[in-house]
Amino acid sequence: MMLEVEGLNAFYGQNQALHGVAFGVDEGQVRALLGANGAGKTTILRAICGMVRVTGDIRFDGRDVAGWATEDVVRLGVAHVPEGRGTFLRLSVEENLQLGAMTRKAGRDIADDIERVYIHFPRLRERRMQQAGTLSGGEQQMLAVGRALMLRPRLLLLDEPSFGLAPLIVEELFAILRQINAETGVAMLIVEQNAALALELAEHAYLLETGRVVMDAPAAVVGADEAVRRAYLGY
Amino acid sequence: MELLLQQVMAGLATGAIYACMALAVVMIYQAIDHLNFAQGEMAMFSTFIAWQLIAWGQPYWVAFVIAVALSFVGGVLIERVLFRPIHHAPILSNLVAFIALFSILNSGAGYIWDFTIKEFPSPFGHKGLLHGLMDTHEAGMIGVTLMLLVLLYLFFRGTRLGLAMRAAAANPESARLVGIRVGWMTALGWGMAAAIGAVAGMLIAPVVFLEPNMMLGVLLYGFAGAVLGGLTSPGGAVLGGFAVGVIENLVPMVPYIGPSFGRELKLTFALVLIVAVLMFRPSGLFGRSVISRV
Repeated sequence: MMLEVEGLNAFYGQNQALHGVAFGVDEGQVRALLGANGAGKTTILRAICGMVRVTGDIRFDGRDVAGWATEDVVRLGVAHVPEGRGTFLRLSVEENLQLGAMTRKAGRDIADDIERVYIHFPRLRERRMQQAGTLSGGEQQMLAVGRALMLRPRLLLLDEPSFGLAPLIVEELFAILRQINAETGVAMLIVEQNAALALELAEHAYLLETGRVVMDAPAAVVGADEAVRRAYLGY
Repeated sequence: MELLLQQVMAGLATGAIYACMALAVVMIYQAIDHLNFAQGEMAMFSTFIAWQLIAWGQPYWVAFVIAVALSFVGGVLIERVLFRPIHHAPILSNLVAFIALFSILNSGAGYIWDFTIKEFPSPFGHKGLLHGLMDTHEAGMIGVTLMLLVLLYLFFRGTRLGLAMRAAAANPESARLVGIRVGWMTALGWGMAAAIGAVAGMLIAPVVFLEPNMMLGVLLYGFAGAVLGGLTSPGGAVLGGFAVGVIENLVPMVPYIGPSFGRELKLTFALVLIVAVLMFRPSGLFGRSVISRV
């Protein structure tokens, strides 16, 4: 496994948010983390990126990265599209994309990759010189994904990419994510409230409840489970 | 009219130095959200280093370059050694650290070079220009400052490192998520602020004479300029610095009230004017108040 997590505990001050969580993501795979609000989905992504205090094992390519500084984890090829999208609001769209490639050597291929992002998200090209803060929610989410891709990541962490977006935009976004996964082979770990959508994209899913993994199964199995459907899928 | 122009020019010249100090203050403020009260003392110490090099027989510009380079390194070291360990500490701890730094540099300079005033040379001389409207050193102060501003603008707008520094200051958490080493960007900001301060110190020293307390007033005007222009806007801080310099020089010329204020109260008058501006625009003329979307 490229990413392997075992016995992961995470803490916010005195409060323990994760209890012995175990999961993994393999090269090129898409996996989903599902669960209600406060189940610990976002905390898992933050734990991988060294943004919260943890104990336990987080191995990336066999290397134990638990407790590493965020920027060092990122430099291994882990791109994180955080909750709230992490956009640099006062900078231009293109500057945001350039920042995504900050850890790479300067050169021609960065411009090529920006071009590739514009092909995926033509609306970003139209707004490339605009301040990122003036973009709509959907455009900002696309910018956040584009910025993450600029790292040429091996693993893409997506925190609620559908949050606050119109249904049509969400569908467009997920179609592009699927296409990117197929074209570049970047693995994805997606946190979603919209379970139906996430299960369509992912091969495998984990269900979280109060900081514990309570189900670990292929997406089709999770989607067919009666209890899951009632609690998270609403049908 | 002649006198007015002369005063404006002289104001622009000292304003250039205030602008440099304001810019240095803003660079550190953007990175760590604190005002560097020791900025002036850092600049003074840098100027003493240059003076010492010149006294040892180095040509002016060699001393200038070495002093700027050493100041840069010194700024980085101050951040790494003194302020990095306390950057999560409460604001008062930071304040105490700034005061400590202030007095270490002030008394350190007094201990090494004593408190008697020293002459500091000007590389531009003091010949009259434009029919006596200004002298060559004043023109040099303005010219060097403008050059510095252009270089900084090109650095921040045109280079990847400049972009990384802007990103780290604007949004440290997101900057880490794209792999930027935010701590080092802060240190770099300190280094650049120290280097800018060094330039300001060496330019003003021929005017105010070199001694350990020479930057007290200058830094106060620099703060005033930074606050007037807006602590979140480097361009605003620079304009603020120039504005404070000109206002300071024009105050004694205001009919009726000016002469009675005299030179002693011009600082007071300038500060009152700034407070008045801030009553209407609390984040400065060009600053922005922090608006967060809910």
